[in-house]
Amino acid sequence: MKRKKQLQSLVPWLVTLALFLFWELTCWLFKVPPFVLPRPSLIFTTMYQFRGQIWFHSLQTLFTTIIGFGLAVGGGLLIGLAVGASRIVYTSLYPLLIGFNSIPKVALVPVIVIWFGIGTIPAIITAFSIAFFPIAVNVATGLATIEPEMRDVLRSLGASRYEILTKVGIPRSTPYLFASLKIAITLSFIGSVISETVASNQGIGYLMLSASSRFEVPLVFAGLLVVGAMGIAMYAICVLFEQRMTKWAFRGSELSA
Amino acid sequence: MADNAFVDLHNVSLAYGEDEERILAVENLNLAIEKGDFVAVVGPSGCGKSSLMKLVTGLLPPTGGTIFVDGRQVTGPIEGVGMAFQSSTLMPWRTTLDNIMLPFEIVKPHKHRLRTNRSEYVAAGERILQSVGLGNFTHKYPWQLSGGMQQRANLCRALIHEPQLLMLDEPFGALDAFTREELWSVMQNLWLEKRFTAVLVTHDLREAAYLSDTVHVMSKRPGQFIFSKKIDIPRPRTLETTFTPQFIDIVHSLREKISNEHEL
Repeated sequence: MKRKKQLQSLVPWLVTLALFLFWELTCWLFKVPPFVLPRPSLIFTTMYQFRGQIWFHSLQTLFTTIIGFGLAVGGGLLIGLAVGASRIVYTSLYPLLIGFNSIPKVALVPVIVIWFGIGTIPAIITAFSIAFFPIAVNVATGLATIEPEMRDVLRSLGASRYEILTKVGIPRSTPYLFASLKIAITLSFIGSVISETVASNQGIGYLMLSASSRFEVPLVFAGLLVVGAMGIAMYAICVLFEQRMTKWAFRGSELSA
Repeated sequence: MADNAFVDLHNVSLAYGEDEERILAVENLNLAIEKGDFVAVVGPSGCGKSSLMKLVTGLLPPTGGTIFVDGRQVTGPIEGVGMAFQSSTLMPWRTTLDNIMLPFEIVKPHKHRLRTNRSEYVAAGERILQSVGLGNFTHKYPWQLSGGMQQRANLCRALIHEPQLLMLDEPFGALDAFTREELWSVMQNLWLEKRFTAVLVTHDLREAAYLSDTVHVMSKRPGQFIFSKKIDIPRPRTLETTFTPQFIDIVHSLREKISNEHEL
């Protein structure tokens, strides 16, 4: 049983390693030129070579992503609670939200640049605007699916709307909230990198764009890998939080172990 | 109509929907329940039994007639009623003890005293759990309890704040026969101890006869009361009681009334 668990935690590392090996071998076997698809070994040496630059730009991306994500959690929570708790807010706001979410965020960046200039702020706003929607929708769903019997029990005790919200609504929607955070954090990275690519002189997005304009393809790939790794790390942190906060929702499942 | 009745329904009707799609759920309901009585309501399915529950507690306003509880007309949700449904509706994020403490957080004056007198309230919670045989499960979560245990906890939550009125909507409906009969006895003991007024909606005639002082039979939709039967069997009743000729006769006569309703 214990051995099986150890093996389970090793599997993702092994699969990743296998993927890199396969990639390396394929490039070597078919003599793929590095400006088309660089070999992982070359990517990693490039990463080491440019570690100072990559570190600087990664921190910038991480910073804008986390700020944007934090705002998205706050904003998404507020909008989700309002939409889920009130029929009127739901009918009036929901179409607008869906409309806004349908706009490709890359199209918004130039507008944000006109308002705030290039750099950090557009990246934060883009990360926020792409990440708040799943949070709002999930929290609203959690609130809207309170069992009517539960509501009746509370109302017959004399509970106010506010009490129903705090005693049932919010605890009940926390598993939905944490599920959405996992989606939102990865979306935040997409948002900030998009914005950096279009309008910034800092961040991994900018690093990749400038490297590709100089045909330094291995550096572009190094940037991609770093973004992926940061995404995985932040996702893992969200999962940890989720398991601590909503243990009751994971009863007996493999995930809680 | 008795003036001193604790629950008093006078010509109450309730309709759902508008215009042509209007459905009468109940019509001309008249019912008087004395304080401290245990009353059961039985009837064919869809006769508006659950509507009756919502009308008495004020969760639904009647379309006609008047409802009085404890001498006051019901115009909105009345406070401090205990309710238990077929699904136990326990909160999965709370332990059994925290679940049954919920009414203390909402009902006055307890909600203002809870913080300062917490140990006293916890003791009350532990006491009532003990009395239904859940003494060792206070810190377990609902999903760690069996269906019967969840329903015991549900009854505790409905009763812990000592409400004057307890509304039960088929609380034992989803349980197996043995567990159900066990819980009849648990319910009877709780009632004998506190003597609250209770309204039990059920379609189990043996359950109705076992637990109540009076059984009221409702007609099919739109629901009206068509027959009432006093159950003159001394308490505490036991499972043995349900096999006596007197008990069986009562169940038979109730059964007959409901069969007639289904054939009409």
